[in-house]
Amino acid sequence: MHNLSDILTPEYVSVILLPALIAGVAVSLCASLLGVSLVLKRCSMIGDGLSHVGYGTLCVAAALGWAPMKVTIPIVILAAYILLRLSENSRLGGDTAIALFSTSALAIGIFASSKANLMTDVSHYMFGSILAMSRGDVIFCVILSICVILVYLLFYDKIFAVTFDENFARATGLNVRFYNLLIAVLTAVTVVLGMMMMGALLISSLMIFPAVTAMRLCRQFRHVVLTAVIISVSCFLLGLFLSLVVDTAIGASVIIMNLIVFAAASLIAFLRGRRAE
Amino acid sequence: MAYITCENLVLRYESLTVQKNLSFRVEKDDYLCIVGENGSGKSTLVKCLLGLKALDGGKMQFGDGLKRNEIGYLPQQSMIQRAFPASVEEVVLSGCLNGRAIHPFYTKAEKARAAEQMECLNITSLAKRCYRELSGGQQQRVLLARALCATKKLLLLDEPLTGLDPLVASELYSILQHIHDAHGIAVIMVTHDVECAVRHAKNILHIGRNESFFGSCADYEKSAVGRRFLGDSIQPEECSQCHDHGHAHPQKGAPENA
Repeated sequence: MHNLSDILTPEYVSVILLPALIAGVAVSLCASLLGVSLVLKRCSMIGDGLSHVGYGTLCVAAALGWAPMKVTIPIVILAAYILLRLSENSRLGGDTAIALFSTSALAIGIFASSKANLMTDVSHYMFGSILAMSRGDVIFCVILSICVILVYLLFYDKIFAVTFDENFARATGLNVRFYNLLIAVLTAVTVVLGMMMMGALLISSLMIFPAVTAMRLCRQFRHVVLTAVIISVSCFLLGLFLSLVVDTAIGASVIIMNLIVFAAASLIAFLRGRRAE
Repeated sequence: MAYITCENLVLRYESLTVQKNLSFRVEKDDYLCIVGENGSGKSTLVKCLLGLKALDGGKMQFGDGLKRNEIGYLPQQSMIQRAFPASVEEVVLSGCLNGRAIHPFYTKAEKARAAEQMECLNITSLAKRCYRELSGGQQQRVLLARALCATKKLLLLDEPLTGLDPLVASELYSILQHIHDAHGIAVIMVTHDVECAVRHAKNILHIGRNESFFGSCADYEKSAVGRRFLGDSIQPEECSQCHDHGHAHPQKGAPENA
């Protein structure tokens, strides 16, 4: 257990903690918004698959000495598009396609980085290292997050329609394929941003947990979205605090907070159900 | 010109051709029931009408001011995700998305339209309720309100009565009749229930594996296909779904299960 006043020197707070906090809140927001759509469209695994692809790409980029973020985002967007098409048309079925695709990307990445002797360098993408983000990374992260949130809000009604009943949406002339692609692209961007923070292993739970928790508590789509956002951001803040106090990995601490809130919400939903009977 | 004119349609399901040379028209004040056995291509026809599936042959023309995305579609219940958290209001509003300019949120006019349809179908009191917690009949009303938000001209209902108990089904029939008469909205309904179809529709499109029929109800009752499907029961017996509907009530026989 740390004494907080020892760690929280003004310099530490302004140089490391505050930027991490801002970036973390922004990414948590994006992740929870998209998580609701992913869970309801029954493609939670796309988030997971994309994080593997992202990790593989980061490894290759590191091995070749390229700027990791700028290479990874377009590649993961492309992967999101391919995964979507595969799960639409393929005889394999969506989940199998995702499994094949993402493990292959992961293998290629690890192959490349082990060849270049960079395994220790890239391993922090596995678990995330929000406190090690550079100022440039943080600014990049915040700008992209704001873009994701704005696009989501602008297309909120259509995203609802496409998620609720794809056939009806298509019959009324909505370009369903475009909106599915939009969701996939936003997910891809969020996954890459979240990977720096939570690590490739945990980013998909950052998307899924708040949505599932909110669905236990709410009965309207709008409420689900708002509740997911609140849960996601507060769990991030609590997790960050926990990790400072007991000196644990931030990503894991945030997810554990999410798990606790999920358990509490399930209990509430269960008790409500009992009372209703 | 008719709302929809179909000539020599070819319907394929997977790689199987289930219909060839299917021709029919839907007029402005039509009430058309589409009947036929399973696997005859009814669902495929619905998908083609909505533009969810490309035609495999033949011609389909929209006219008389009807555009394809102005069809109010009521899907089969099984097509909707039952576990989805959405309020009645949110579902009904989502019917207003067609033909809208590129503004991001629902306008006042669209909200008013949704409110009007909910009032018309008597579900205003359910507006904040969760769709998945409603009864089957209430859910159908919600989907009907959504479909009405999407159209002022033509409703297309895909087996709307499946899974509803007879009383609720007959209620739905009278709602539809009211919408058709009072609002002048044409109706296309796909149904299994031939007897009720004949009672309520103006025209029948029967699509069978071997023989098809398109024409008025009276002609259908006289036709060979129609007689075989309706059996001899048509004259004396009422189907259960026509209860409380201003028809003479049959005295003999138990109501059959629809």
